[in-house]
Amino acid sequence: MRVTVIDYKAGNLTSVLKSLRHLGAEVEVTDADLALVGNAERILLPGVGHFQATERLDATGLTLAIRAAIGRGAPFLGICVGMQWLYAGSTEAPQQPGLGHFVATCARFPESHEKVPHVGWNSLEVRSRPRLLAGVEAGEFVYFTHSYKAPVTADTAAVAQYIEPFSAAVERGNVMGVQFHPEKSGETGLTILRNFLSWEAVTTA
Amino acid sequence: MITKRIIACLDVHAGRVMKGVQFVDLIDAGDPATLAARHAREGADEIVLLDITATHEGRQTLLDTVRRTARDLFVPFAVGGGIRSADDAAQVFEAGADKVSVNSAALANPLLIDAIGRSFGAQAVVVAIDARRDPQAGDPVRDAQVFVQGGRKPAGRRVVEWAREAEARGAGEILLTSMDADGTRTGFDCELTAAVSESVSIPVIASGGAGTVGHFVEVFGHGRADAALAASIFHFGVSSARSLKEELARAGVSVRLPC
Repeated sequence: MRVTVIDYKAGNLTSVLKSLRHLGAEVEVTDADLALVGNAERILLPGVGHFQATERLDATGLTLAIRAAIGRGAPFLGICVGMQWLYAGSTEAPQQPGLGHFVATCARFPESHEKVPHVGWNSLEVRSRPRLLAGVEAGEFVYFTHSYKAPVTADTAAVAQYIEPFSAAVERGNVMGVQFHPEKSGETGLTILRNFLSWEAVTTA
Repeated sequence: MITKRIIACLDVHAGRVMKGVQFVDLIDAGDPATLAARHAREGADEIVLLDITATHEGRQTLLDTVRRTARDLFVPFAVGGGIRSADDAAQVFEAGADKVSVNSAALANPLLIDAIGRSFGAQAVVVAIDARRDPQAGDPVRDAQVFVQGGRKPAGRRVVEWAREAEARGAGEILLTSMDADGTRTGFDCELTAAVSESVSIPVIASGGAGTVGHFVEVFGHGRADAALAASIFHFGVSSARSLKEELARAGVSVRLPC
C-alpha cells in the first residue's frame, strides 16, 4: 500500500501522515516531484485553509501530473479543500480554477442563523454503495471544519446536512473526495482511509 | 445533524496528567497518552492537553508528550500552554496537534492569532479567554473583564469585544472559561457563554462550573455553546464521556452516539 501525499504548503500534514502510517501505508510526500506523481500508486491531496492556495499545484506542474495519473487509473483522494479542488472552482477564489473533474462549483454556506464555519461531528447519509465508504453505515459521524462546500450532484457518495444538504463525499471511478477529515474521525475515518489504501490501481498500460 | 461536542481536558505538568484545583493538592493522575486514548475510546469528541506550568525549560518535555499522545489519537487534538510565537505553534503542530490554544500571549500580541491562522488555517487556532463578570460595567456580562496569567491579572479587555477581535484576526474557535463559575460545580455561566456565542460566528467552547449532567444541558441550550469542556469527567457522576453523552441524548441534546 503505497501512497503519494501532495504537500501544497497550506497547513499541517502530520495528522494525515500519521493515520496513513498507522494503517500500514508506505507514505511518500512531495511538493513538486512530478516523476513521483507520475509513478504514484495512489495519490492523496489533503487540504486546509484557503482555496487560493491550490494555485501552487498549477505553478509546480502538479495539476497536469495529477490529471495524467488519474487518467491512467491511479486512485485519487482529496480531503477538505483537496476535495473542493476536484470541482470547477470555488467562490472562495473565483479566479483560481480547480481540476474540473466534477463540473459543479463550491460555494460558501448561505447566511442563516447557524454559525459558519461548520465545525464538529456530523452524520453521513451514504448513497448508492460507494466503494470509498464500504463498511460505513448510514448515520455514522465524521469530523468537519469548513465554510465552503460542494453541492449535491449525481456523483455525491454521501450527503451531510448543515444549513442545507451538501456533498460530504464524492466518488466517480478512481476519483474520490471527502469534505470531512477522515484522519480525525475515529474508527469511521480509519475505515474510509483503509478503503482508499486497499483500492487497486487500474493499470491502463 | 451537527452534534454538540464533549471535549476531554488533560492538565499536564512535566509530562504527567495532574489533578487538583489551582495548583493545590496536585495528584499525579497518569500518563497523558494513555489517558487521551482512553477518553477517545470512551466517547470524547476531542482532546485538549493544557500544559499548566508551561515553563521555557519544559518545552521539550511538552513536545515529547504531544508526540506520544498524538501517535494513536484519531480525534481532534488541541494543545495549549506556553505558546508564545508562531514558531512555538509550528513545533506543536509538527508534534501532532491539530489545533493550538493561545491565551495570554494573544492578549499581549494579538498579531499572534493572525500569524498562526495564516500559516495553519483558522481551524487550527483556538483563542482561550478567561473572563469574570464586572458588576461596575454597564453590561456586567458582555463587558466581563478578561484576565491573563491564569486569572491573576486583568488584561484591560472586555469579553465580547475581545472575542470579536479574535474572530476578525482569524481565530477558529473560542474556549471561554468563566472565572466566576470555575471550580464551583454550580453550573456554567450560561449568560456569559450566550453573550459571546451570539456575538461571533465561530464555535464557542464553554468551560468552568460543571457539576451535573444538567449543567451541560443548560449550556448547550440557554448558553448557546457549541462544545463544552469536561475537565474532570468523573466528577459529574458519570463514568465516561459516553455515559455523559447518553444522558445528554436522553435530555434531547444532539450528540455523537454511538461513539
